[in-house]
Amino acid sequence: MTGPAVKGDGGERPADGTPLLEVRDLVVHHGQLCALDGISLSVFPGEVYAIIGANGAGKSTLLRTIAGLHAPTSGSIRFDGADVTGLRPERRAAQGIVMVPEGRRLFGSLSVVENLQVGAAYARPGPWTIERVYEMFGWMRERRNQPTAQLSGGEQQAVAIGRALVANPRVLMLDELSLGLAPVVVQRIYGMLPEVLQSGLTVLLVEQDVSQALRVASHIQCLLEGRTTLEGRPADVTADQVEAAYFGLAGAIPAGPPPGEGSEP
Amino acid sequence: MAWVNAIIQGVLTGGLYALFACGLSLMFGVMKVVNLAHGDLAVVAGYLAIGVIAVTHIPVLWSFVIVVPLMAALGYALQRTILQRALDRGALTTLLVTFGLSVVIENALLQFFTANTRGIGTGLALVSGSFSLGSQIQIGYLLVVIFAVAVVVLLGLQYFLSKSRYGRLIRAVADDKEAAQLAGADYRHVFGIAAAVALGTVALGGIAYGMYSQLDPTAGTDTILLFAFAAVVIGGLGSLWGTLLGGVVLGVAQQIGAQINISDEVLAGYIVFLVVLVLRPQGLISRRAGS
Repeated sequence: MTGPAVKGDGGERPADGTPLLEVRDLVVHHGQLCALDGISLSVFPGEVYAIIGANGAGKSTLLRTIAGLHAPTSGSIRFDGADVTGLRPERRAAQGIVMVPEGRRLFGSLSVVENLQVGAAYARPGPWTIERVYEMFGWMRERRNQPTAQLSGGEQQAVAIGRALVANPRVLMLDELSLGLAPVVVQRIYGMLPEVLQSGLTVLLVEQDVSQALRVASHIQCLLEGRTTLEGRPADVTADQVEAAYFGLAGAIPAGPPPGEGSEP
Repeated sequence: MAWVNAIIQGVLTGGLYALFACGLSLMFGVMKVVNLAHGDLAVVAGYLAIGVIAVTHIPVLWSFVIVVPLMAALGYALQRTILQRALDRGALTTLLVTFGLSVVIENALLQFFTANTRGIGTGLALVSGSFSLGSQIQIGYLLVVIFAVAVVVLLGLQYFLSKSRYGRLIRAVADDKEAAQLAGADYRHVFGIAAAVALGTVALGGIAYGMYSQLDPTAGTDTILLFAFAAVVIGGLGSLWGTLLGGVVLGVAQQIGAQINISDEVLAGYIVFLVVLVLRPQGLISRRAGS
């Protein structure tokens, strides 16, 4: 937990409110391998909370554990004040924790609209409907009967987001939206965030593309080998701190190989 | 003319085989369960029909109204208890568990119903009667009815899988059960629904078989399971209409074999099965169910 550049918790966060999602000392093993080693985080309503980190840092494992797809070795996950650590993934979805999984994971033998219908099958009441998803992604309506395999990567990602939105989540978890997509497509996909936030959702996302994460997030947390190395508001962390936290260059920031000037602040 | 007769009889028998096969195909397509007890469950349904008819005096042809829901409920329960636990432990365990189930069912049937064969006697003209086409072709009403039932069942399954809420969930879970969970679907419940549908169809197969032929405790593995497997493999795994095509090809092969030499009936069917397996292992129609 105490890396070289960990920032204090709280601070400018909405200190009055209680967190919507609260993870405490989460430890997760994949067999012998310790994937998460005591991760804690608090996501407040209306935030865009970004988890960044290199490959294998444990970002996806963290989201998947919050979604209920992995059982933690120890630690707890609380959602809206209630402990959900032992709940099955479908029960968590029913309570409003919905994830867009890494790699989209659309139902390949279903059409676009059928994918959305499955997303809506156990939906909570709320503002998001298939119709509204069509409005947000204009191309989708007239291509609703196509098999998802005929869509481009960005379009598939849009369907995956739509499938999660129509469940009317309270926390929308986005796992590596940018994976395998061209930067311009990534920009367009992230363009949906303002509307999503406006509808009252809270967003917890995992992103390997740090600059993208810093651009959209109101709070970031950097993981390295299953531990937190940096946490804070994007405005309050320097590029050097992020770099050090991302690559694990403990303290030795000026000696770093990257092309930036890398001087002490 | 005898050959034409053989082909017609074979096509009609294919309807019965499709009834055996579509449930097997569905359970494999959705749950990846190779249900070796499938045939025995059909026999259970047949005996159940005999019992239901004896107790309630319901008209024989209407026995399915009671037996199909009973078998569907049994299918749901079986999936949620034994089969789901087996699936959680892996594919091989599941295969062994269904094999064990098959042995248990067969011996329980032997215990309670003895090894004597029993038919679902109707005494109805429909079951024993036939009509003639020309002088040499005699077509039994029963086989025509069974074939029609098979077509209706397949149409119903197709409609259910492609249009209904649970059909959509079944296809989604078959594609990616983790993603379905993230959408709030309890895949174990959806599996249970699929098993219920599968056993509902096999119940019809078992009753039809009891009327068409004779039930005995070992018919499940001797005949029904093997024919169902052959029909599924010939038609193409996971394809609904493939099971009908596979059943028809199997039936025709058997009847033509019988035409050559009466003892070659079953052999001819398996030769075609083997040829398809070698030349076109994906089956004649290789598409996913409902897609």
